[in-house]
Amino acid sequence: MTQQRRLGIVVSGSLTTGVEVRLDGSVSVEDIAVGRYVTIAGGKQRFFGMITDVALEASDPRIVTSPPDVSDPFIVEVISGTSTYGRLHVLPALTIGSDAHGILEGPQPVKTVPVHFSAVHEASEQDVAQVFGQVEEKQFYIGTPLDMETKVRLNPAELVKRSNGVFGKSGTGKTFLARLLLIGIIQENAAVNLVFDMHSEYGWKGSSEDNREVKGLKQLFQSKVAVFAIDEESTRRRKVSTDFVVQIGYDEIEPEDIAMLRETLGLTEAAVGTPYKLARKLGKGWLERFLAIESGDKLNELAVEMGEHEATVAAMHRRLDALKRLPFLTPHAQRNAIQGIMEYLERGVNVVLDFGRYGDNTAAYILVANLLTRRIHAKYRERMEQAIGEDTAKPRPLVITIEEAHKFLSHELAGQTIFGTIAREMRKYNVSLLVVDQRPSGIDEEVMSQLGTKITCLLDNERDIESVLTGTSGKNELKGVLARLDSKQQALIFGHAVPMPVVVRTREYGSPQSYKELGFRDAAELKKKAEETAKDLWG
Amino acid sequence: MNGAIDLSNKIGEIVEASTGRFTAQCYELHQPPPFGSLVKTRCGHIEIYAVVSGAATASIEAGRRPVARGREEEVEEDIFSANPQLDKLLRTDFDGLVVGHRDGDKLNHYLPPQPAKIHSFVFLCEPDEVAAFNQSLDYLSILIYAEHQADELIAASLRHAATTREDSRDFLVGAGKELASFLADDTSRLNTILRRIRQ
Repeated sequence: MTQQRRLGIVVSGSLTTGVEVRLDGSVSVEDIAVGRYVTIAGGKQRFFGMITDVALEASDPRIVTSPPDVSDPFIVEVISGTSTYGRLHVLPALTIGSDAHGILEGPQPVKTVPVHFSAVHEASEQDVAQVFGQVEEKQFYIGTPLDMETKVRLNPAELVKRSNGVFGKSGTGKTFLARLLLIGIIQENAAVNLVFDMHSEYGWKGSSEDNREVKGLKQLFQSKVAVFAIDEESTRRRKVSTDFVVQIGYDEIEPEDIAMLRETLGLTEAAVGTPYKLARKLGKGWLERFLAIESGDKLNELAVEMGEHEATVAAMHRRLDALKRLPFLTPHAQRNAIQGIMEYLERGVNVVLDFGRYGDNTAAYILVANLLTRRIHAKYRERMEQAIGEDTAKPRPLVITIEEAHKFLSHELAGQTIFGTIAREMRKYNVSLLVVDQRPSGIDEEVMSQLGTKITCLLDNERDIESVLTGTSGKNELKGVLARLDSKQQALIFGHAVPMPVVVRTREYGSPQSYKELGFRDAAELKKKAEETAKDLWG
Repeated sequence: MNGAIDLSNKIGEIVEASTGRFTAQCYELHQPPPFGSLVKTRCGHIEIYAVVSGAATASIEAGRRPVARGREEEVEEDIFSANPQLDKLLRTDFDGLVVGHRDGDKLNHYLPPQPAKIHSFVFLCEPDEVAAFNQSLDYLSILIYAEHQADELIAASLRHAATTREDSRDFLVGAGKELASFLADDTSRLNTILRRIRQ
């Protein structure tokens, strides 16, 4: 059936925990790596699985205490594979048909295990291609499985159907991965994107770990991407071509937005209620009016009228006063940023919101992201309901990318924020999230479980690993794989968009060759092409 | 097949037999087949194979022990030339542990249906016959449970078999692996044997 190297035979196992494979004597455990694929030729079906653990075994426990004479190659040769042998733990994930019917049906999730002593082989490129789909030219792929050439397709159209997560500790390439995904989504026109670009890495230029400059979305897609700047000065200094300078009026800020900032502003649980009371009391433009109060006496008066403790109101005033230091907040915005973003999104132009210097200001990031998203989501909701009611075209799917997601989706906040709502309601209103985070354990469990596809780079914190794998079958087995990823260019992908968990070497990004592979031509090539076209036209 | 036996390899005659083992007396005093070598005997149309599991030389009469005779002699051989009756008073016996049989063309590595008969001739097997018999090492399980010096016997038998083959090292590695599966739970015994067959 296959010419691939035989690794061993299945000796025990179960569907829930995976099967144990006894390695043949000719195969060294050192040639095996977790995360690689194997096929198991069962009695009636062919199984496709992933190696999740490698172990050394001995037939006699006494061999451990009195080891044989390993200086003699003869003895070593005799006992390897017999008295001492390698054992693999394989998690079968799919059955793949080898007959015409099976190929037509495609890989199916496993519902049983292979029979005793089924032969286990390394998976061939064809097997992997059969599982992860053939990648046609111009189709987006995320990378290649470990030690293989076959490309792993990640269908953007499938991906955007649910909210997704990109995880990994700092410096493992989360941003690179997220940028790749965005490129895929834009290239295949699967959705329109709104990116909250905390560290100015997506829009114009980004930098790789080795400080190499890499192209941002705007540079690649030109008119298909608009950069919205929160910090105009910073974008100007960085020579970023900006399409829109975002200003937010105090009148646009609602008590919910302040509630979101509870942690960053250091508000107590009780104090969260105060902005709601203030809004009720002061009406529209409550924040501006509240911040305009300067004397302590007037604050006290207000507190008395509201029935609040004076100190609470004074503390709230002090805390909210910090917002005045954010220059993009003005009493009244000249141009409505939400309107601006919606206009671009409706035209199918992707919007990257560049935070400039305010990326480091968590309060600014949370405030803006939350405020804009809530309004945009509301508009999408309106459009969607309208489309359903009038049976017209639904709005384009929207993917909102947020970094430092645990700040929006923590256990305490997930119930209140719009991001929690979006994650939970799936794509009811055609809006989904791309969550980028290095501390997934900080994200609410319910939200985590709603993420369709999770792409995770190396994580080494036990709690983070636990939270990423919550609800995944074969969780314990995948833990080992996840903790042993390389710190660069490797990621474990599992969930909705892939038929089974896959460890990929993510495709390269940042070199001229990589842009070319992604289908972008450099200026010289474009010029040549234009000249050729002109020649064809005019002779 | 019976007619193919080369009488020049005839080395002894069975004097005691059971299904699993036999004792044969050597025709030549002090010249038993080597320990661990393969011998065979006929029983009707069946050829019974055995591994030589030990040999002993003693007085023909139990209870009548030989006495020392060499006080005046320079070399040991002179004792025998001075006392020619000794050849008749002493005998060399060897034991064969039955490890298989041939029934027609079929070589079986398990015990024959009947034991060998008394006074059957015993022949030393030719190298190619040893090699053919060792195509399968299933008989090792019989040797493992031999009563005396089983480890020595296994090692000797494998060393003997290895000399009949060109790929002797590969053969011994294969045999070692076979043993390792038989002795999966007793690696110290396995080690003892392996140390005796390594090259």
